Amino acid sequence: MSEPLLSIKGLHKRFPGVYALRGVDFDVYAGEIHALLGENGAGKSTLIKTIAGVYKPDEGEIKLTGQPVSFASPREAQHKGIDVIYQELSLYPELTVAENIFMGHAPFKQAGPFKMMDWPTMNRRAKELLAELDVHDLDVSRKVGTLNVGNRQRVEIAKALSHDAKLLIMDEPTAALTETDVEQLFRITRLLRDRGVGIVYISHKLIEVFELADRVTVLRDGQYIATKQVSDTNERELISMMVGRTIENLFPKQDSKVGDVVLEVRNLNRAPLTRNISFKVRSGEIVGLAGLVGSGRSETAQVIFGILPAQSGEILVQGKPANINRPADAVAQGIAYVPEDRGTQGLIKQMTIRENVSLAILPEVSSGTFINYNAEKTLAQKSIDQFSIKAYSGEQATNKLSGGNQQKVVLSKWLASHPKVLIMDEPTRGVDVGAKSEIHRLMSKLVAEEGLAILMISSELPEVLGMSDRILVMREGEIVAEYSRAEATQEKIGAAMMASRKVMA
Amino acid sequence: MIARAKTPNWWRFFANQEMAIVLFLIVLAVVIGSLNPRFLASRNILDILQGNAYIAIAAIGMSMIIITGNIDISVGSLVGLLAVIAGRIVTSGAPPIVAWLAPLVFGMLVGALIGFLVAYLKIPSIVVTLGMLSILKGFLIIWTNGSRVEAMPESFFLAQWKIGVVSVPIITMFLLTILAAIWMRYSGLGRSLYAVGGNPEAARLSGISQQRVVLQAFILNGLFVGIASTMYATQLKVIQATPPPSLELFIITSAVVGGVSILGGKGTVIGATLAAILLNAIRSGMTFIGISPFWIQAVQGLLILVTVLIDLIRRRRQMF
Repeated sequence: MSEPLLSIKGLHKRFPGVYALRGVDFDVYAGEIHALLGENGAGKSTLIKTIAGVYKPDEGEIKLTGQPVSFASPREAQHKGIDVIYQELSLYPELTVAENIFMGHAPFKQAGPFKMMDWPTMNRRAKELLAELDVHDLDVSRKVGTLNVGNRQRVEIAKALSHDAKLLIMDEPTAALTETDVEQLFRITRLLRDRGVGIVYISHKLIEVFELADRVTVLRDGQYIATKQVSDTNERELISMMVGRTIENLFPKQDSKVGDVVLEVRNLNRAPLTRNISFKVRSGEIVGLAGLVGSGRSETAQVIFGILPAQSGEILVQGKPANINRPADAVAQGIAYVPEDRGTQGLIKQMTIRENVSLAILPEVSSGTFINYNAEKTLAQKSIDQFSIKAYSGEQATNKLSGGNQQKVVLSKWLASHPKVLIMDEPTRGVDVGAKSEIHRLMSKLVAEEGLAILMISSELPEVLGMSDRILVMREGEIVAEYSRAEATQEKIGAAMMASRKVMA
Repeated sequence: MIARAKTPNWWRFFANQEMAIVLFLIVLAVVIGSLNPRFLASRNILDILQGNAYIAIAAIGMSMIIITGNIDISVGSLVGLLAVIAGRIVTSGAPPIVAWLAPLVFGMLVGALIGFLVAYLKIPSIVVTLGMLSILKGFLIIWTNGSRVEAMPESFFLAQWKIGVVSVPIITMFLLTILAAIWMRYSGLGRSLYAVGGNPEAARLSGISQQRVVLQAFILNGLFVGIASTMYATQLKVIQATPPPSLELFIITSAVVGGVSILGGKGTVIGATLAAILLNAIRSGMTFIGISPFWIQAVQGLLILVTVLIDLIRRRRQMF
């Protein structure tokens, strides 16, 4: 083959606290569909944003048709023929199809002393661009807000073509599409490839990779793993490349005595991502909930905690049916929830550590109307000692703490409420290694010594494998597999997480 | 990795809004007092305190509302209406104590209605209270037919009573400010106001009912507006049939200049009361050095902009 359209060598990108890309190589030829695979957090998004000029690489080289390039902005990348179709489409719903396609480079004409927008030309050229995509039934004067997702995506692609895109990056384009729309998207994608456009195709769905792509590159934890011809590989190999991490000895899960069932859910339903969920969590047990983002793990936790109350099904706490319609009901039942996003859901950042840790138990630390200030202070100090939170005192505002310490404050808040069940959504995301193992040690201790029941959601398979007594795997809103600690392996869980229905059947 | 605050001391000093206002008041007293010593006469100081006392009392309630992340722009109309209610009751022959307490009750009822619409029907408070502003004002004009209330019995004028040299409104203002400040800092509901305003989602997940807290804040605001109305109604021989012009602006300005963040979750009632006093001191000071008091509106506007700007800068600094 000739020279690649895009060639990347040794790309490094660091964010505060996160080493997102560690020496990634990647190339795309004109007239090729190159799939980019990896788990959540593998670095796919960072990579495409670096290619598209959103981020600047810390190290490494990006070459476009052999010339080294460095983009100051996404606009500059666009001028060089690189266009990205993001998951959240970036269209203006109140403008028409034609206006969206030509946003930023609309055709003008001279009308006397004025430069005027040339509507007839714009509409005609919009129609031509859509016709090139084999889309003939779309009225270019319709407002984009009235279109369905499939059509909006076609408008996005036409918009990229209007920039004369040579490299088109598609970030999980089928995530929100219906089956017929997926068919048409594939058709359009192949059409573009045959016309010589280089396409980077990001997807979790292996079946799409095999159907569409010519080559595939796998990233894991920000590292480049391998690039393969799709015809030379198979699902099993790709899955093991994606999840095949070495399990470091980070997770000191102690043995614990498993007791009675504390939390049981039966046929829990909440459209669209919680379907017929049934499982049990026992005292002294950590149950891991694995799955890809969008598989319904977090939603299931939110249903149990009353953030998205169930539409049908039962929740039982210690064998008794619990009616949970809002978080306060769940708290009253002894359920605690450490949310995924501590910034927006866990902490009140203007408040001090003391004020945050007592938030879930205000009635308990109050006598009558007033809060018992001393009890609160003792509680804050206890939390700081127990979790070794790095702060000068309980009076420190939580917005001045590091991510790991913030997470410890959220955890302290919930443990102060003496829960029977603790639901943790990504308990160690964005937390440094030291704080991570400390949180794990604490989880293990709570389960072993206090008989807590923990339901842990995690996208990191080593964490799931290291911490869980049992592992449930969710996909598309359903529990599709269950493994005991002894039988679980990365490969089994990875396959269950990702496999399409066809493959599993 | 201790992220200790590395802000310089002078900044921390000014970051405390209450301290900044006190400092401003002292500067004002020294500058105006040196130009015209009568400004510092005890009689004038009492006048300054008395003049905005009812505004300060209403600003306590307003602070609670703004701290929850809401606003009430109908308070001016409400004060006008509640004052007329008090006057009508006492002129109909009821004992003064009934007339004094009626605004508290009606204020809480209106507060409960607003709170219900905001908290449970999820209508933005600015819309609800904008509607309420017109409804209350319209109702007041229809009811009174534009005629003011006069001929109240001598025993009605609570705001003219004095203990020693200090009048009832001044005492009420200081007492309520201190009580409210303690309550805001040390009660469960007081803490919940800050929690709901600071991060509604985190508060909800902690089992705090946002609806109930917002409803309670509006009812409490109604109580403070009611007390303010009683002070307003009983200070002059007549009660006007129209609400005092721009009263809601004075009340909101007091809260905001006092350091209550328009974004919710931050501020104290002590700051609000100090700011209400400051505003009247500026107005009085301008008269004493011969500047037209018509400038007060512009000065007030400037103060709002400066305080909000400082608040935003402060927040931005905290993000990093």
